[in-house]
Amino acid sequence: MSTRLSKGGRLIDRTKPLSFSFNGKQMRGYAGDTLASALLANGQTLVGRSFKYHRARGIVASGAEEPNALVNLGEGAKLEPNQRTTTTPLFDGLKAASQNHWPTLEFDVGAINTLLSRFLPAGFYYKMFIHPRPLWKHVYEPFIRKSAGLGKAPTEKDTDTYEHYNAHVDVLIIGGGIAGLSAALAAGQAGARVLLLEQTPVWGGRAAVDMPEIEGKPATEWISDTVAALRGLPTVTMRTSCMGAGVYDHGYVLAYEHLHEGGKQGPRHRLWRIRANQIVTATGAIERPLSFAANDLPGVMLASAVRDYVVNYGVSPGDRTVIVTNNDDAYRTALVLHKSGLTVPMVVDARADPDGPLVRKVCEAGIAVRTGMGIAKVKGLRDVVGVALCSMEGEGAVLEELPCECVAMSGGWSPIVHLWSHCGGKLNWDAEQAMFRPDPNRPPTGADGKGFVITAGTANGHLFTSDVLTDGFTAGAGAAAQAGAKGKAGDAPEGFDEAQEPIQPVWMMPYGAKHKLRAKAWLDYQNDVKVSDVQLAAQEGFESVEHAKRYTTLGMATDQGKLSNINGLAVLSNALGSDIPDVGTTTFRPPYTPISLGSIAGAAKDDLFQPIRKTPIYDWQAANGADFEPVGYWRRPYAFPRREETVHEAVHREVKNTRENVGLLDASTLGKLIVSGPDAGKFLDMMYTNMMSSLPVGKCRYGLMCSENGFLMDDGVVARINEDTWLCHTTSGGADHIHGWMEDWLQCEWWDWKVYVANVTEQYAQVAVVGPKARKVLEALGGMDVSKEALPFMQWADGTLGGIKVRVYRISFSGELSYEIAVDASQGQAFWDALMAAGESHGIMPYGTEALHIMRAEKGFIMIGDETDGTVIPQDLNLNWALSKKKDDYLGKRAHGRSHMDNPDRWKLVGLETLDGSVLPDGAYGIADGTNANGQVNTQGRVTSTYHSPTLGRGIAMGLVHNGPDRMGDVISFTNTHGDPIKAKIVSPVFYDPDGEKQNV
Amino acid sequence: MSNAVSVLGGKVAEGPVAVRDAGLRGMITLRGDLSDQKLQEVCTKLTGATFPAKGQVTSAGENGICWMSPDELLLLVSYGAVGEALEEIGKALSGTHHLAANVSDARGMMTVAGADARDVVAKLTPVDLHPDSFGVGELRRTRLGQVAAAFWMSDETTFNVICFRSVAQYTFDLLATSALAGPVDYLSQA
Repeated sequence: MSTRLSKGGRLIDRTKPLSFSFNGKQMRGYAGDTLASALLANGQTLVGRSFKYHRARGIVASGAEEPNALVNLGEGAKLEPNQRTTTTPLFDGLKAASQNHWPTLEFDVGAINTLLSRFLPAGFYYKMFIHPRPLWKHVYEPFIRKSAGLGKAPTEKDTDTYEHYNAHVDVLIIGGGIAGLSAALAAGQAGARVLLLEQTPVWGGRAAVDMPEIEGKPATEWISDTVAALRGLPTVTMRTSCMGAGVYDHGYVLAYEHLHEGGKQGPRHRLWRIRANQIVTATGAIERPLSFAANDLPGVMLASAVRDYVVNYGVSPGDRTVIVTNNDDAYRTALVLHKSGLTVPMVVDARADPDGPLVRKVCEAGIAVRTGMGIAKVKGLRDVVGVALCSMEGEGAVLEELPCECVAMSGGWSPIVHLWSHCGGKLNWDAEQAMFRPDPNRPPTGADGKGFVITAGTANGHLFTSDVLTDGFTAGAGAAAQAGAKGKAGDAPEGFDEAQEPIQPVWMMPYGAKHKLRAKAWLDYQNDVKVSDVQLAAQEGFESVEHAKRYTTLGMATDQGKLSNINGLAVLSNALGSDIPDVGTTTFRPPYTPISLGSIAGAAKDDLFQPIRKTPIYDWQAANGADFEPVGYWRRPYAFPRREETVHEAVHREVKNTRENVGLLDASTLGKLIVSGPDAGKFLDMMYTNMMSSLPVGKCRYGLMCSENGFLMDDGVVARINEDTWLCHTTSGGADHIHGWMEDWLQCEWWDWKVYVANVTEQYAQVAVVGPKARKVLEALGGMDVSKEALPFMQWADGTLGGIKVRVYRISFSGELSYEIAVDASQGQAFWDALMAAGESHGIMPYGTEALHIMRAEKGFIMIGDETDGTVIPQDLNLNWALSKKKDDYLGKRAHGRSHMDNPDRWKLVGLETLDGSVLPDGAYGIADGTNANGQVNTQGRVTSTYHSPTLGRGIAMGLVHNGPDRMGDVISFTNTHGDPIKAKIVSPVFYDPDGEKQNV
Repeated sequence: MSNAVSVLGGKVAEGPVAVRDAGLRGMITLRGDLSDQKLQEVCTKLTGATFPAKGQVTSAGENGICWMSPDELLLLVSYGAVGEALEEIGKALSGTHHLAANVSDARGMMTVAGADARDVVAKLTPVDLHPDSFGVGELRRTRLGQVAAAFWMSDETTFNVICFRSVAQYTFDLLATSALAGPVDYLSQA
């Protein structure tokens, strides 16, 4: 069993005890512990269950690569699943619970799966559940889904806050080990603007544990001296607990900073959005496990992790640790354990004759070293009780058994190439060191075709301190120079550590392991993928590493195969009889380790989730019971229901009142574009299908805009302000788009035309005063003549009303007497208040967008987005009158001449009256005889707008119908998802005041 | 005018970095040939500020000239002076192709002030706000969070922010939230 040592632990502060709980059990740790080290210190070696077989899982690693020790962290609003204990700093009151077991961690019913493992091989789900097909959707999928997922999904809203931060640097260095520190020193001394990130809370990386000599000093001393020196450099900024998560095009990098986990004030995580000229990835390496039977038992750990726990946290992984290795580095673990007073019964080395300095030191310490040997299997059920040894060359016959509590394994080191590879950096296979390492000649390239990522140190495949330091320094100096820094980097620090003999690649232990052993030799601990599974996938024809990955789920767990990928693809390449580089790696995708969804959202939650555009009268509307609806990013009142009134009833009241008395509509969202210049008339004649250059000053004209493909895009009333200036109203949702559309044509096509456009949409509050009593209300306000004679229909005038400067347009979208009045937005509310007061005796009421829609539909006015959907041309809507025949050209004109546009078979706009007076369903299709090639019922039209008309007391609709205008009086059936088809008669789309007498009074 | 109110209505979010409504400000969008002598003269005469270079803002008290694009300026004057200023521009540039429009009411304006103001704004915009890259006298049209905005620094610790009126509340709340979240100790250390 693991426990806390009586002394040691360079990162923990024994004077600051912390208490925490695991599965409800109270435990104690120290400040500086990770959750993993604290769990081990409390003897908790069993920390979870694997995904498929529910096998007992313990802590394997000491960093971001940990596949097993994931927990549900926190409770309620603080609950977060799949939190990696090895990277979670311990805090007082931390609550963790293990995952993927039922009913308890110690006794898990799902563990029966391990006994069934022969029946659950690679690709089991694909094979088993493909037949019969219908069962997948209704039986298998719901069942499998229920058992899927490791952690618990939170049910409460996250109460923590998060933020983003944008930083721009010359040189971004990811990784605060000695290579990163060395790179920062070089780049900082050269005068570059440097940001140095380290994912853990401490600087120095592995060197602080393995203690090579640097500049004649112990590594830790050099690290603290260098950190101090870097703090003194004015252009260098350093961040710990900040992980470089992803490298993207153009030197864009996301980094993920942990600020606190203890519920303190301020953001919990910060997502850095960094734009770097050059990036140095000094991300180190990950130690590989060895594939021997039962290598997944709690107590089997990476050799480097074992010495991390001893040196950093003063934690013993067990009294007796057997070390199994294929390289010299793992001997360091033996020396560390020995020095701490723990027992190393044996170092088992797969190599035949190792004789490096570290090996000799271990022998000199009196530790038994057995060469040419491997582990046949680890003994134990839920934890390690011993190992059975075999010859590496055999099939796994047990030669000797040793009792122990911990197995420290090392299969060599894999450089962390993720960040190098995210944006396209390529790798070479280094057969001598048995690793993929970055190819400096094939870096990710920027817009200039030059590389923008440099990799350094162990991440670049250098395993010795002196190389790591030089490589880091060279990378830092090179990046700084590339980024334009002019200063001198200085000299690289010098380092020393013991020489090592070559590694002997071991992808399976022993080399000839029989099936029984291979079927218990884990590659992917989290997803339960074993050596035998990958071999089966190869046998079944999954030759591509990407296919084999998906078939076996190797590397698809939340750790993304940090420990398993290289071993897995080596097994695959052996099974395929090809070389490792020919099989290649799977794709490295960001983020490096999962980042919180909260950090991605940043401040964008609650009221800040999405910007809501508000008109100057929004607050009044909200205070007066408006039921809002989104219109683009705007919120507009749909209706103003009064006490006890339904929204439907309110809409009807608003329509009736506007038709009979007077209504007020906030039309401020309408787009307003000023188009001005000597060529403005010519320009607008191109923009609109009808003629705008001929519009007299003081008058208004309704216009249509088409895209260059001829489809109706926007509409609105245009007013001529003076000789050179027009004001174009656009739809509410179209203002920004049409502004951009105009600028696009002016800047890219007709750049020699003298026209300027300004978007003044938000400069004005615009209020429509609509209804037979509208004029009386304006006259009550007073200030200008709004009579029929002074201000006829389709004209505008400047003046004052109630002492407020206004521009009044006599235009109507309702068919009633109507004034649309623009005032400066800052006086919008004051003007609205004045209208409400002046109109009180005339029965004035505000109305919302639904009343607006109903009234325009009663008049047969089209609405962009209802009658149009990007496939509709003006001719479909019988708007031929608005297509100028006098003009040589306008946007869309040529397209209208195409055969499919100029075609009598197009569906055309008509009115639709249900025979029973009911309301047609929106979007319903007109049913035609017969069926099409797919066996679907033929159609002959569709409903585009449909309402209950309070004015007419029945349902009214508009729709596009084949040959519609020629079929007045015909009755056709429309689809109805709630019952039998509905019969409707084809009529004129103008249901109300067909002669337009009411608006022109 | 007595009944004109700024969109933020005098809102203030106090703190080490304070966000404050800057009230109503006269703003005129002027599009034209920026190298035109008459155009330059009327701008400097109206504002009392010198004519800005590309990407710059010049100011004289509350007045100022913002360079917005190769053919667009934003003139800052007092809210009540816009009408007269438009007339003067019209007179001075009569016969010269240009467009001048009052956009005072189409905007919200606020200040972000405090030692860590750079860090607060850097949480929301992709602009490089390092003192070596951005300082007093420079103007950026960019975005804050999810909306378009423009800003410049009137001194080492104060940002002036302009956004569209309809999203002024969002912009203010976003800045206030970011200010409240505390310092980053990045640019303020630079």
